[in-house]
Amino acid sequence: MGAMTAVTLHINGERFSRELDNRTTLLDLLREHAHLSGAKKGCDHGQCGACTVLLDGRRVNACLLLAVSMDGTDVTTIEGLSDGNALHPLQQAFLDHDAFQCGFCTPGQICSAVAAIAEARAGWPSVVTAQDEPEGPVELTAPEVRERMSGNLCRCGAYVNIVSAVREVAR
Amino acid sequence: MTTTRPLLGSPMTRLEGREKVTGTARYAVDYPVDRVAYAWPVPAAVARGEITAVDATAALADPAVLAVLSYENAPRLHDTDDRTLAVLQSPHIAHRGQFAALAVATSLEAARGAAAAIRVAYAPEPHDVILTRDHPGLYKPDEVDEGMPTDREHGDFDTVYARAQVRLDAVYETPPLHNHPLEPHAATAMWDGDDLTVYDSNQGATAVQHVLAELFGLATGKIHVINEHVGGGFGSKGTARPHVVLAAMAARVVRRPVKLALPRNQLAAVTGHRSPTIQRIRIGADTEGHVQALAHEVTTQISALDGFVEPAAVVSRVMYAAPNSRTTHRVTRLDVPTPSWMRAPGECPGMFALESAMDELAIACGVDPIELRVRNEPTVEPDSGLPFSSRHLVECLREGTRRFGWHDRDPRIAGKHEGRLLIGSGVAASTYPVYVMASHAEAHAGPDGSYEVHVSASDIGTGARTVLTQIAADALGVPLDRVRVRVGSSDLPPASVAGASSGTASWGWPVHKACTELRQRLEALGHSVPEQGLTVAADIAEDLDDREDYARHAFGAQFAEVQVDTVTGETRVRRLLGVFAAGRILNPRTARSQFIGGMTMGLGMALLEGSTMDPAFGDYAERDLASYHVPACADVPEIDVHWIEEEDPQLNPMGSKGIGEIGIVGTAAAIANAVHHATGVRIRALPIHPAVLMPPLAGARQASPS
Repeated sequence: MGAMTAVTLHINGERFSRELDNRTTLLDLLREHAHLSGAKKGCDHGQCGACTVLLDGRRVNACLLLAVSMDGTDVTTIEGLSDGNALHPLQQAFLDHDAFQCGFCTPGQICSAVAAIAEARAGWPSVVTAQDEPEGPVELTAPEVRERMSGNLCRCGAYVNIVSAVREVAR
Repeated sequence: MTTTRPLLGSPMTRLEGREKVTGTARYAVDYPVDRVAYAWPVPAAVARGEITAVDATAALADPAVLAVLSYENAPRLHDTDDRTLAVLQSPHIAHRGQFAALAVATSLEAARGAAAAIRVAYAPEPHDVILTRDHPGLYKPDEVDEGMPTDREHGDFDTVYARAQVRLDAVYETPPLHNHPLEPHAATAMWDGDDLTVYDSNQGATAVQHVLAELFGLATGKIHVINEHVGGGFGSKGTARPHVVLAAMAARVVRRPVKLALPRNQLAAVTGHRSPTIQRIRIGADTEGHVQALAHEVTTQISALDGFVEPAAVVSRVMYAAPNSRTTHRVTRLDVPTPSWMRAPGECPGMFALESAMDELAIACGVDPIELRVRNEPTVEPDSGLPFSSRHLVECLREGTRRFGWHDRDPRIAGKHEGRLLIGSGVAASTYPVYVMASHAEAHAGPDGSYEVHVSASDIGTGARTVLTQIAADALGVPLDRVRVRVGSSDLPPASVAGASSGTASWGWPVHKACTELRQRLEALGHSVPEQGLTVAADIAEDLDDREDYARHAFGAQFAEVQVDTVTGETRVRRLLGVFAAGRILNPRTARSQFIGGMTMGLGMALLEGSTMDPAFGDYAERDLASYHVPACADVPEIDVHWIEEEDPQLNPMGSKGIGEIGIVGTAAAIANAVHHATGVRIRALPIHPAVLMPPLAGARQASPS
C-alpha cells in the first residue's frame, strides 16, 4: 500500500475530497475516484493529449500531474463544459463539423481547444505567429489552429474537421 | 404510410455524437464497477527462451496486491487457432514483449508497482529477427490472407520482359507499421458464476464472444461481450487480443471484476502490426507505356507464433492490363511480435510499390502518369478474367485532374522553387475490394409505432450506428426518430467484424432485409401491430451464395502537392485530393470523414511512421507516441475529397462499397511521386525522412551551386 495524502479540490465546480495514494495521477483521480471518465488515458505519458483538462483555466495533461499536488485547485473536465442540456459552442462545433470519429480523443481535443482560443485571445504567440505581429489577440488562422492543437493526437485523422470546428468558434 | 425523402445518401450527424462530445460515451474501462481490481501485465524481457523462475515475493508483500499470475499458476485455457491468446500457459517465450506475468491489485497504482516488483528469470536462446530478401527461412505459404492464391502466373513473363523496349526493375520497402488506435486495448471483465461479461475494446463482439467461449470451455451464450464505443482499431482489434483473455482470467482468479488497459508501451509487441515488406517490381512496356509484362514479388515475415501474411502483390492482379504477369509471396518465420491486420492490409503496402513503379514507368516512357494509367486500363479483372461489377478509375483520374489543376503542372523534374523549397506534385491510384460477410439482424415493430433493430455490429468510429439507422428507416419507410438501432453487444444477433471495409454491407444487408420484410408483413396486417409487437429475423448467408461472379472493387485517385526544404530535408504536404468511386455513398458526412481519415493515415505512412526492429533486443524500438510518430494536426493540410456517383446493382441492396480503407491506399505513393517530381529523388523505402532526403539533396546542391 502506498503512502496516502488527503487532497481537496474543485472539479466542475463541486468540492471533491479524498485520501489518495501518493502515486495517483490527476487523471486517475478523475477516472477512478471521481468517476468522471470523459478524460481519456491514451498514453499516460503526456504524448497524446487525450487526458487534457483545464486546471485553473489552463490546459494540462492530467496524466502528468500528481493528484496530491492538486490541493486547492479548480479542475474543469469535458463533463463540466456543457451547461445542462446546452452544449458548449466547441462541443456543438465538433458535432456540426464531424470533427471526430471514434471519439476517444474528443474530450481532450475540446478541452484543449477551449484553452487554445483563450490563449490566442490573450495574445499568446505560437511558433507560427509572425515575429512582427502587433500585441493583442492572435487571429486563429488555419496554421495557427493546426500548431496550437498539435498536442492532441487523433488517429482517426479528423484534423481537417477539427481545424474548421475550432476556427468557427474562434471567429 | 407516408414516405419521407430518401434517408440513404443524406448527411446525418452521428447518433452517438452528443455522448462523444460531452464525455459520456463509455469505452471499455469507463464503466463504474463495484469492487473493481486492476491488472498490469509484465512483458517478457527476452526475444526467445524459457522462463526459469518467477519471484513474486516482493510484489505480494503489498497487501493491496491480490494475485500474481504466471504460467506456474494461471488457470489452464483450452486451445484455439490463435496462439497469441494462449497467455501465461507455457514458460516458452516466442518474442520479446509477450506476456510473462500479470499483477492484480485493488488499485491501479499498486498493480503497476507490483508488476515492476515481479522478478522473472529467463534462459535466453539465440533469436533471429531481421527480414532480408534472401533470408534462409523463406518459404511459399499455402495461401495469403484467407483463400487467396500465394502465386499467380499468366503468359510468359520472363520472355516478354526480356524483350520489352522499356524495362523497370525496382525494389520497394515498407517498414513495420503500428496501428496505435488512441484507445489502448482494454477490457473490464466480470464473472457471475459461469457467466462472463466483458466490456472490451474490439472490432467484433461476436468473434470475441466465440473465442472466449472456446478458451474458457463455456457455451457461447455464457459470454457477453459489450463494445458499445471503441476508440479506434484500424485492424488491431479485429479479433480477440490477449488483453481480454488476461482480464477474464484475472477476474476469475481474484473473484472480483478486473480492469485491464494495456499501457501504451506494451501495445507494439502484443496487439498486432503491419509486417515489413520488400517488394520487387519489374515492368516491361512498349515506348508508349503499354504494360506487356508485370512481376510483383513480395517478401515478408510472420512470427514464431503465427500471423497474417501481408498479401501485397494481390493489387497487381487487379489494377492494370498486363498479358504476362507474375505475382508471388514469400514469407519467413522470425522471433518477432505477431503481425496482424492494419488498415488495407495488402493493398496499402502493395499499392505504394505498384503506384511508385507506374510513376517511374511514366517518366521512363515520357508519358503523363495519368495518361499512362488510362492506357493500361483493363476491360476485365486481369487475373480472374471476371467482368468488373463497376470500375470508374479513369473517371476518378479525370475528375481529379480537373479539380487538382493537373494540366497546369510542369512535368519537368525539380523545376519549381520557392526560395529554398522545392515544389512538386504526384498522383497515384487507389483500390480496395468489396467484401461482405454473413451476418444476422432482427427488426421489431412495437405497438406504439416505434421500431427497434438489433445487430451485433461494432461502431469503431465509422458511423455504423448512424448509417444502419438510415438503412433501417429507409427500408421501413418511416422517419429516423421512429427507429432505434442497437449495436455493440454479442447478445444481439451475431454479426461480422468491423473490418475489411465490410461493415455497412455485411450488417446493412440483413438490416435492410429484416426491415423490408417487416414492412411487408405490417402492410399485410393493414398496419395494425399486434399487442406483443412483431419481429422479423434475417440472415444473408443464402443471398451471398446466390451472387453472380463479378470482380467487385472500389477505385480512386489521389493527388498530392509537396514542398521539400533543401536545407533541412523536411517534406511537408501542401494539399491532398482524393476522388473515389465506391458505389453509392450512404452518408456523405461520415463518408467524407472516413476518406480524409484514411488519407491522413496514408500521409503518416509516407512521411512519419515506421517501427525499427532492434536486432539486439529483438523488439520494436518505438514503443510510445513520442517515438512512433502518427500525424499531428500541424502535419495535415487541407484535404479535399470527392466521389463519382456510381450505380452498381451487383453489390447489396444499398448499392454501397466499403470506404473505411481505400483512403489509405495510394496516398503514400502519391506523396512519394510528388517528392520525386519536386526533387528528382526517388524514395523507394518509406518513410520519407529528412535523413534519407538530405544526402541526395546536398549532392544536388553541390552539383549545381547556383
